[in-house]
Amino acid sequence: MPSLKDLRNRIASVKATQKITKAMQMVAAAKLRRAQEAAEAARPYSERMGAVLANITQAIGGGGDAPALMTGTGKDDVHLLVVCTAERGLCGGFNSQIARFARDHIRKLLADGKQVKIICVGKKGFDILRRDYGALIIERVDLREVKTLGFVNADAIAKKVIHLFNEGGFDICTLFYSQFKSVISQIPTAQQIIPAGAPSAAAEVKDGGSAVYEYEPEPGEILSDLIPRNISVQVFRALLENAAGEMGAKMSAMDNATRNAGDMINKLSITYNRQRQAQITKELIEIISGAEAL
Amino acid sequence: MPEAFKFELVSPERLLVSEQVESVVIPGAEGEMTVMAHHAPVMTTIKPGVVTLKTAQGKEERYVVFGGFADIVPAGCTLLAESAVAVGDIDRADLARRIQEAKEDAADAKDDQTRSKAEQFLSQLTTLEGAILPA
Repeated sequence: MPSLKDLRNRIASVKATQKITKAMQMVAAAKLRRAQEAAEAARPYSERMGAVLANITQAIGGGGDAPALMTGTGKDDVHLLVVCTAERGLCGGFNSQIARFARDHIRKLLADGKQVKIICVGKKGFDILRRDYGALIIERVDLREVKTLGFVNADAIAKKVIHLFNEGGFDICTLFYSQFKSVISQIPTAQQIIPAGAPSAAAEVKDGGSAVYEYEPEPGEILSDLIPRNISVQVFRALLENAAGEMGAKMSAMDNATRNAGDMINKLSITYNRQRQAQITKELIEIISGAEAL
Repeated sequence: MPEAFKFELVSPERLLVSEQVESVVIPGAEGEMTVMAHHAPVMTTIKPGVVTLKTAQGKEERYVVFGGFADIVPAGCTLLAESAVAVGDIDRADLARRIQEAKEDAADAKDDQTRSKAEQFLSQLTTLEGAILPA
């Protein structure tokens, strides 16, 4: 049975923890709003990019001059997985969810006899994957110093990936990130970015895509400029989604923690009060029985 | 009074401009071009430079863009810029940094093709700097 003093200390410490989790929840809520705004602001660009890409692919008509980034190497022996997670923990199952998803994927690929390489974006994913597949990790990208996620960050990652591709480092590149659905629900997603595959033809039909474009310079040249940029955009979008998802997960995790701390404080207070009452009664009995004995 | 059309300037971070304009001057990869309403469909990459647009109200606005591409259709014009800022907000230090980086790229280039590309980019940047500094 803990003493009254122990209980008092315990209650004080749980209260302190509750204050911290509450503050973290509020910070996460504010950051979530900003992250969502950023994700929203980035949407027009990637949408237009998709439309333009669809248009231009049609113009080329899948001819032989499509760049390798789009058609791939024709093999699927070496897979590169870019696993994007958060830099910080304390956000519920967010990081482990992505890592588990990636791990299942890796296991399947390895079972099929494929070669796997991993690039970790974010510290947490690296920490988790290092345990099982440390040898496969070829690089980790640290974004801890980055305050607001800019396009340059995504661009740097994409450039690395493309550079590796040009050196023949891998055949297929898949991006792992968490899609932000709502504050309480983030869906781990795998998206293949290299080869890009032909974009769906639906987009171009609706805005009269039959328009005969003039290209300046040649379509092939534009396309070879466009594809790397599109990869950067995909990475950027993944990072933004991730940032929003992380904050959402953190917010709900901290909300839970705050509530748990509240419950705990209630329980502890009841125990504390009971025990105090018991002690008073005990002392009374001692006094009374002492008086009676006289 | 020329007819107005829809012009959009988008950077990966946000939508900068979306309004009715009379004309836009775009620094295309193969020369500057002025786009007006009912322009024939053209798709072009753009080099670092200044985009000048004249709004339907007759106001003139200038933006600095660093590479990207433009999608021009008779109904409007969309400019997807790698990064874009209003001329008034340009950060001199940032521009200087970009030029420095371009210089390093040019110096580091391994084969002739990448070097000529990097040098071309560098000269475009310096022209751009010259164009906006007195502004």
